Amino acid sequence: MTAVPVPPVSLATPAPAPESRRRVVDTRGLSLTFQTADGPVYALSDVDIAIEQGEFVSFIGPSGCGKTTLLRVIADLEQPTGGDIQVNGVSPREARLGRAYGYVFQAAGLYPWRTIERNVALPLEIMGVPATERRERVRQHLDLVGLGGFEKKFPWQLSGGMQQRASIARALCFDPELLLMDEPFGALDEIVRDHLNEQLLRLWDKTGKTVVFVTHSIPEAVFLSTKIVVMSPRPGKIIDVIPTDFDRDRTLDIRETPGFLEVAHRVRQGLRAGHSYDD
Amino acid sequence: MTTEALPVVAVRRRTFGRLMAGQTGPVLVVVTAIIVLWYAGAIWLNTPWQIDLFERGGVEWSNADLVRATLAQDRPLLPAPHQIVAEMRKTIIDTPITSKRSLVFHSWVTLSSSVLGFAIGAVLGILLAVGIVHVRSLDKSLMPWVISSQTVPILAVAPMVIVVLAAIGVRGLVPKAIISTYLCFFPVTIGMVKGLRSPDPLQMDLMRTYNANRWQTFWKLRWPSSMPFLFTSLKVAVAISLVGAIVGELPTGASAGLGARLLAGSYYGQTIQIWSALITAAILAALLVTLVAAIERVTLRRMGMGV
Ligand SMILES: Nc1ncnc2c1ncn2[C@@H]1O[C@H](COP(=O)(O)OP(=O)(O)OP(=O)(O)O)[C@@H](O)[C@H]1O
Ligand SMILES: [Mg+2]
Repeated sequence: MTAVPVPPVSLATPAPAPESRRRVVDTRGLSLTFQTADGPVYALSDVDIAIEQGEFVSFIGPSGCGKTTLLRVIADLEQPTGGDIQVNGVSPREARLGRAYGYVFQAAGLYPWRTIERNVALPLEIMGVPATERRERVRQHLDLVGLGGFEKKFPWQLSGGMQQRASIARALCFDPELLLMDEPFGALDEIVRDHLNEQLLRLWDKTGKTVVFVTHSIPEAVFLSTKIVVMSPRPGKIIDVIPTDFDRDRTLDIRETPGFLEVAHRVRQGLRAGHSYDD
Repeated sequence: MTTEALPVVAVRRRTFGRLMAGQTGPVLVVVTAIIVLWYAGAIWLNTPWQIDLFERGGVEWSNADLVRATLAQDRPLLPAPHQIVAEMRKTIIDTPITSKRSLVFHSWVTLSSSVLGFAIGAVLGILLAVGIVHVRSLDKSLMPWVISSQTVPILAVAPMVIVVLAAIGVRGLVPKAIISTYLCFFPVTIGMVKGLRSPDPLQMDLMRTYNANRWQTFWKLRWPSSMPFLFTSLKVAVAISLVGAIVGELPTGASAGLGARLLAGSYYGQTIQIWSALITAAILAALLVTLVAAIERVTLRRMGMGV
């Protein structure tokens, strides 16, 4: 592959100077092997990535390649069996204890005995946010994901997609610097997905949060990311890292542009190349 | 003709179908069957003694006489349902509740100690479960004792408890309540250990990502998750708490309580009195279970988990 396709230069917010950028996630030779009854499962193998503050990094790769595992390692929900990882310059555990990230799981995982608003308020309750502020933040974030008016409903009264949106509101409402999102829009229809993609992009642009995003959708990855990481089938290795340079205030229309299609093409080729490793 | 007859059949079938679809129909069928079998059993079991009586008295008797007589004995082997109903009406409704002959009085004595025992047992059961779930060494050290406690027959434990406590001056309500507690805590502990461990890994991971402490994880996740398990075990516990109280009334020949009535009845061969006490105990147990079930329904509905 040659030079990264560079879309028309934008007048968007200039990127912060390199020295002011912090490494939010930094891994070196990261590996994880699950010991199971049927023998070892190599989920991650020799993963090197650096994610800087304010980046939007998407991971794309075939099912079972270790994307979720990688997020879980960053979140200190899984312990690597090899290599090094730092989150915000400290160990994932210390980062977790400092409530450094909000995690949107692949499944909504709402608590069935809590109404939607109380589900969203859960992290705020745990972090000791006063009730009035809690109410305000919950309302704000339910509006953000288009769930205004569903505050008093229980999870089972909502569709799967709405539950997933509630879980996004839950991860956002305590305003974490780092967002770990595991296929958050996988269960949604195209229209809602497009809408939420735009919303998420706006939010990222406005707040400067760092987002680590897992998806199966090439257009979604290309549209949202500053950097796309293509992974191979198990054991998850990094095949290609594709930086993009689209306008920060781009809209979905960008998906028709040659620059966009070129990046999408490179991602697809990376995925194909990954599959041929298997044979 | 057929065209006229059909709608009637259809209507009948619909009514019958609706009756059987709900709970009333099947319950009525079963109750009727039980009563019929009971009468048959009463006649069959009381016949030999009745024939004996007739022959000793030199009475001429027909089959109809025999049936009538078997259902009206003073101390039948198996009293007929209407005899028990009559006795229960006499001792529950017609006797003032302050009287020692009132079944209401005896029920109250048993009920109060079983409810006390149930309350203590439920709290103890929950506390044990909380400990077992949170402290690994308790899981290993306590669980075998919890299980083996129930392998000791309660009929052997009860007299010891009553006698030992009486020796140190504790009598009345408390010793019986302790026996109820002994039976009660077990299903609650077992159910709650399971319930407190029921949150799935995703729900637990979520708490981890918030860096929630154990206390928060308990109140906001484990405890609400365990509610369905809690109520299931409370229903079992409340029913056996009554058994515990009755068993507690047997060994010392207590003067009050359903157990005392059972004992007195068996001393004097008062089978009708025994059966009345038994049926009353069964009704009490059913009421207690229904009460817990009602609380369960309200609680779970308010938690959005109603059925
Ligand atoms: N706790 C575990 N124990 C054993 N094996 C596991 C465990 N968790 C994940 N794996 C295995 O590790 C591999 C990677 O799983 P992972 O969930 O990270 O895949 P993924 O890339 O997120 O897939 P998908 O796109 O389908 O969500 C899979 O083969 C999976 O079976
Ligand atoms: Mg996954």
